[in-house]
Amino acid sequence: MTAVEQAFRTERQRALATLIRLLGGDFDLAEDALQEAFAEAVAAWPVSGVPRNPRAWLVSTARHKGLDRLRRRSSFEEKRRMLAWTAPRFEPPDVSRLEGGYDGEMGDDRLRLIFTCCHPALAAEAQVALTLRTLCGLSTEEIARAFLVPVPTLAQRLVRAKQKIRMAGIPYRVPPPELLAERLDAVLCTLYLVFNEGYAATGGPALLRVELCTEAIRLARLLVELLPEETEARALLALMLLHHARRDARLDAAGELVLLEDQDRSLWDRGEIEEGLALVAECLRRGGARPYALQAAIAALHARAATAADTDWRQMAELYRLLLGIQPSPVVELNRAVAIAQAYGAEAGLQILDALEATGALPDYHLLPAARADLLRRLGHAAEAADAYRRALELAGNPAEQRFLTRRLADLEAELAAGRRS
Amino acid sequence: MEYLLMIYERESDWAALSEEARGAMYKEYYAFTEGIRQSGHYKGGNPLQPVSTATTVRVREGKTMTTDGPFAETREQLGGYYLVEAADLDEATGIAARIPGARMGSIEVRPIQKM
Repeated sequence: MTAVEQAFRTERQRALATLIRLLGGDFDLAEDALQEAFAEAVAAWPVSGVPRNPRAWLVSTARHKGLDRLRRRSSFEEKRRMLAWTAPRFEPPDVSRLEGGYDGEMGDDRLRLIFTCCHPALAAEAQVALTLRTLCGLSTEEIARAFLVPVPTLAQRLVRAKQKIRMAGIPYRVPPPELLAERLDAVLCTLYLVFNEGYAATGGPALLRVELCTEAIRLARLLVELLPEETEARALLALMLLHHARRDARLDAAGELVLLEDQDRSLWDRGEIEEGLALVAECLRRGGARPYALQAAIAALHARAATAADTDWRQMAELYRLLLGIQPSPVVELNRAVAIAQAYGAEAGLQILDALEATGALPDYHLLPAARADLLRRLGHAAEAADAYRRALELAGNPAEQRFLTRRLADLEAELAAGRRS
Repeated sequence: MEYLLMIYERESDWAALSEEARGAMYKEYYAFTEGIRQSGHYKGGNPLQPVSTATTVRVREGKTMTTDGPFAETREQLGGYYLVEAADLDEATGIAARIPGARMGSIEVRPIQKM
C-alpha cells in the first residue's frame, strides 16, 4: 500500500465525519468531495510528499470541492440550501485550526456522525447499515454479506437512509441534554446489534464476522472516550469485550460449538478480560442497576471464574433477578432459571422453565426446550429430555447449534437404547 | 424547513369521550396552538370534519369519478393538521409530541417539498 493510500485509509473516517458537518449534513456530497480530494492527493502527494497533517489537508481540499459542487448545482433549492448551511450555526471552523490539528473538533464530529446514523427516524436496519458504511468504512458488499442481504437491497437501504437524512432534515449533531439519554440508548442498541451479528455466526465468512465485533468495540471505545460520564456506554464496552474475549474457545477444531461451561479458558483473551473487568468495576462503583451494567456484571462473573465449577452461580441468579426487574423479558427469565439450576439444583431451575413454557411467551425460541432438555437429562429423565431436544432441533436455525443439539440427542438415544437410564 | 403534521386518530376513540373530556381536549388544543403561534412555529392548521363527510375524486382516462368516503378505509383517520416551521426534524417531532392527539393517536410528520 502506498503512503497516500495508507494516509487515506487512516484518516478517511474522521475526515468524512467532519466534512459531513462542513457541507451541511449531506452524506453523499461529503463522500463525493472526499473522493475528489483523494484523487488530487494521489496526484500531488507523491510529488510534494505526504502533508504533515494529512487529515486537515483532505478536509480542507474536500470542503472546497464540495462547495464548488454546490455552487455548480443550478437549482434554486440547492443555492438556498447552501446559503442556509453557511449561516452561523454551520459556520465552518477556521482552517488554520484544522491544520494545527484541533482534534477536539474532530472527535465531536465522529460523535455527531454516530448519533445521526442512529437517529430514531431511520429504520433500525438502516441505522446499522449506515453506521457500518460511514463510521467503519465497510463496503456495501461486505455489509450485505454479513447480514445475508442481496447487495442491491443493502445499497438501496443506504440510499434511502441518506435521502431521509437530507429531505426530512435530520440534524447533524450530538443531541441536546434532554434527548441524549434516549438517543444514546439507540446508539448502544445499534452497536450491540452489530456486535451480535459478528458474534452469533449466523452466516458469512468468518473474517468478516470478527471485523464486525472489532468495529463495534472500536465505536464503543470512542463513545466511552467522548462521553466519559455515560456509564451505560462503558458497560456495553465491557460486555462486548468480555464476550469477545471468549472467541477462540467457542468453536472446537472441527468447527463445532463449545458450551461456555466446556470451554478451554486458557484460550480466553486475558487482556480483554482484564479490561472488561476493570470497566465493570467502574460501572458498579458508579451505581445504578441499568441493563448493560447488569449484563456486563453477569459476563464478568463468568470471566472471573477459573473453571466453570468456580462460577458464582448464586450471585449470577441474583443479578438475573435484578435484570428481570428493570428489563422484564422471558429470555432473561430463561437465563435466570439456568443460573438457579446451577446454584440450587436442576429441579429448582426446571420449575421456573416449566412455568415459563406454560406462559407461551417463547413459542419459537429453541433455547427454552434446549435448557429444559439439559435439566431433564441431569435429573435422569432421559425420555423427556430426548423429546425436548427434538423440539429444540425443530426450532434451531444456526447450523452449529443444530449439530450440537443433534449430538446431545444422539447421546441420549444411545443411553435409552442401552437401557442404562429410566 | 416546513413540515406538515397530520393528526391520525380513531374517530371511535374521540366519540367515546365524555362531554367533559372532549371539552378538556379542546382547551388543550387551544393552548397548544396559541403556544406555537407565539413561538413562531405555526404556519397553519385546522381540525377536519369526520371521514363520513369525505368525498374522493379520481380522474381516469378523462373520466371523473366521485365517490363517497375517504380514499381508503384506515384504522385511524386523518382528523386535522398543523403546518409548522421548524429548524430540523427533531424540532418538528418535538412539536408533534405536544399535540394533544399524540397521546391517543399518531402524528405523521412530513417535510414540505419546496419547489
